[in-house]
Amino acid sequence: MTGFLTLFYKELLRFWKVAFQTIAAPVLTAMLYLLIFAQVLEDHVLVYGTVRYTAFLVPGLVMMSVLQNAFANSSSSLIQSKITGNIIFMLLPPISYIQFFGAYVLASMARALVVGLGVLAATAWFVELSIAAPLWAIAFALLGSAILGSLGLIAGIWADKFDQLAAFQNFVIMPLTFLSGVFYSIHSLPDFWQDLSGYNPIFYMIDGFRYGFFGVSDVPPATSFAVVAGCFAILAAATLWLLRGGYKLRY
Amino acid sequence: MVPAIEVQNVEKRYGALRALAGVSLSIEPGEMFGLLGPNGAGKTTLISIAAGLTRASAGGVRVMGADVVGEYRRARRMLGVVPQELVFDPFFTVRETLRFQSGYFGLRDNGDWIDEVMHHLDLTSKADANMRTLSGGMKRRVLVAQALVHKPPVIVLDEPTAGVDVELRQALWNFVRRLNRDGHTIVLTTHYLEEAELLCTRIGMLKAGRLVALDSTRNLLETFSGLQLKLRLSRESLPPALEPRLVSRQGDRFNLRLDDYTELEQVLVGLREAGEAILEFDLQPPDLEEVFVRIMNRHA
Ligand SMILES: Nc1ncnc2c1ncn2[C@@H]1O[C@H](COP(=O)(O)OP(=O)(O)OP(=O)(O)O)[C@@H](O)[C@H]1O
Ligand SMILES: [Mg+2]
Repeated sequence: MTGFLTLFYKELLRFWKVAFQTIAAPVLTAMLYLLIFAQVLEDHVLVYGTVRYTAFLVPGLVMMSVLQNAFANSSSSLIQSKITGNIIFMLLPPISYIQFFGAYVLASMARALVVGLGVLAATAWFVELSIAAPLWAIAFALLGSAILGSLGLIAGIWADKFDQLAAFQNFVIMPLTFLSGVFYSIHSLPDFWQDLSGYNPIFYMIDGFRYGFFGVSDVPPATSFAVVAGCFAILAAATLWLLRGGYKLRY
Repeated sequence: MVPAIEVQNVEKRYGALRALAGVSLSIEPGEMFGLLGPNGAGKTTLISIAAGLTRASAGGVRVMGADVVGEYRRARRMLGVVPQELVFDPFFTVRETLRFQSGYFGLRDNGDWIDEVMHHLDLTSKADANMRTLSGGMKRRVLVAQALVHKPPVIVLDEPTAGVDVELRQALWNFVRRLNRDGHTIVLTTHYLEEAELLCTRIGMLKAGRLVALDSTRNLLETFSGLQLKLRLSRESLPPALEPRLVSRQGDRFNLRLDDYTELEQVLVGLREAGEAILEFDLQPPDLEEVFVRIMNRHA
């Protein structure tokens, strides 16, 4: 247990020591999105008939920040350790692959949630938000960050260079997040795109998270929860399988 | 007694390359063992397999009886490895680095031992310096300290003195000798053969993934080297009685082999009887470098 706790703590300290880049920067980015989109669209759009656009946008931005930072934390930590070679300090000790997984994913979740809370706190100054079902919001934030933390671990294991990781981020994570309804309700999309969104797991994370605030969403929250929980189970199993076999780590 | 490290028919293939082509050897507890071989011979690969950093393509390794794959947690607790590459985590200080390493091995409240290790490696003044700011030699010391935080019974040092100044080299070897006296099994690789000769009681030599020699340092020196007698003689011919001892000659310089010191007298008698005068004389004791070169050439 001490091995796991130490690795977890080391991962926390790693992002905490550079909190300006790992926490302040993403909060600022989210604020910029809010300022720009809200400025342009506030007067034009009412979502679900009652929700003002700025209010609608905030949970989306919070969740987007949560997901992106969960991914960024585990993936960048792992690839840095691989490239500098100090990964061996984690591979030499008797840390089991389950503990390794747990430490990296939990640390990613911690950073993601701190950033998410930061974005929420910063935007609360500008926007009045209701919180209709906080437990749903928390559940989706936890599961969503765990999923992206695992995905970051997979990407970090797979990538040999920083540009491969950047490609993963730009061609997989970014499109999935931007086309997930962060900035709009999918009911405002043409049918084809609505159907396509149904295959995007991140759509369910954002939609479910948003339900926690407004009590309305595109899909019933229980359905979204089932999809997201299923995704987590699959990704966690895949990551554990890779770690157990030592894929690209113990070759 | 259970061997400290037991290597059984280990093979490692990287695509078409066979980095290890079936290596077996056994290192006893308390030994100071030298693993030698030219660049690319497979030393680091073998160490990595023992440490669980690399998987063998075939065969297996046990550390203090624990299989490094099947019982990896027990095996890893028994082993401390100083890696060849100078790696470090730029986010942390020396003390943080050592605390983390100790924690990874499941140890809490290990501060006293960490302080002691830092003291022996002359790191105390750098305890709170960031790893990034250390010189190469200092980083190397931290790597040694990291391998010792969990007091492993078996310690493997992969070229710990590469790029290290004389002073640290001596300090390091003194420390290693002390660890060995305290009962730790030591395995080391080095390209400085005089170091290996001085420190190691037993030596294994690898070449192109094969073990080409495995014996006590003394036996290796005796069987392969004997004594080298270098002579410059007044006449450019060797008495026929001494011909069988000739290894090489260049003009009036002759290079002879002696099995031991008692043969020196026969050689001198032979020369006097032939009326030869000795112009230059040099008798060299056995030396591991020569043994190494000969073994490597024999397996060319
Ligand atoms: N990850 C790898 N992929 C492909 N080939 C590798 C890999 N690691 C090592 N090799 C090859 O395996 C062989 C043995 O390498 P190894 O590092 O074990 O040699 P060594 O005896 O430690 O040499 P040195 O004295 O230079 O440290 C070399 O030919 C090396 O190129
Ligand atoms: Mg090597």
